[in-house]
Amino acid sequence: MRWIDYANPTRFLGLSATLLPWIAGATALTFAVGLWLVFFVAPADYQQGETVKIMYIHVPFAWLSMFCYVMMAGSAFGTLVWRHPLADVSAKCAAPIGAAFTFLALATGSLWGKPMWGTWWVWDARLTSVLVLFIMYLGLIALQETIEDPARAAKASAILTLVGVINIPIIKFSVDWWNTLHQPASVFRAGGSTISTSMLVPLLIMAAAFTGLFVVLHLMAMRNEILRRRIRSMRMIEAAGAE
Amino acid sequence: MSGTHAGFILAAYGLAVLVVVVLFVRIVLDGRSQRRQLAELEARGVRRRSARPSQGESA
Repeated sequence: MRWIDYANPTRFLGLSATLLPWIAGATALTFAVGLWLVFFVAPADYQQGETVKIMYIHVPFAWLSMFCYVMMAGSAFGTLVWRHPLADVSAKCAAPIGAAFTFLALATGSLWGKPMWGTWWVWDARLTSVLVLFIMYLGLIALQETIEDPARAAKASAILTLVGVINIPIIKFSVDWWNTLHQPASVFRAGGSTISTSMLVPLLIMAAAFTGLFVVLHLMAMRNEILRRRIRSMRMIEAAGAE
Repeated sequence: MSGTHAGFILAAYGLAVLVVVVLFVRIVLDGRSQRRQLAELEARGVRRRSARPSQGESA
């Protein structure tokens, strides 16, 4: 069986039911290891002190807010070009999770910024472009909820998602293109990470844990959406039979 | 983890837990609702086209 065969919703439901407990278990284990390293092993930063602990959740939320949107853009492409049966389901279900993670990236960043920068918020390029990403997520959710016909909603939200993907490189390179209060990239950068291994390892483990959490929530939401569409089609069949 | 910034750290982790729990519970409750509605429709004998027996096949 080719991987594309899992585009069949019934096969997807079967496969996801098998995989979900394993991914959820691995995610819980990764969180346990990550949080133990963050609170009992990782040292305080020489400048930030213990406040650096906020970075272990802020950075994964920020990465995943962008990862989620890129994944939605891939799904949008699949919806428009191949009319992949699960592509729209994937994009629609990722939007609320992406919005929640982007909100948490902004909120935890603000909670770090107040003691470190002396302010909750500055209108610099990085913070503003992430706020734009959050608003785009909310706009996509609103659009999907406004149009009742799933096919029309899928097409409209796919086009909007692809237009909005331009914001992702702006977020990523905003700290290089403009003079920002937000610090430049320190993990994924040319020349290697500038973070000490004692802090980088817990950060990457927490990022893996949050990625697992994203996958679990996304698969669960996709399963719900497939059932919702089945119910809709069954109600239409029932209504047609009653006429 | 003590000092003047402990409140910021606890607030960040607390908010993250709260939002993730709300998201998780919302998805779980939605799943229950969808499965219940599906079961009600199936109990009334409603079937999807793809789930119906093909011609010549016994129900």
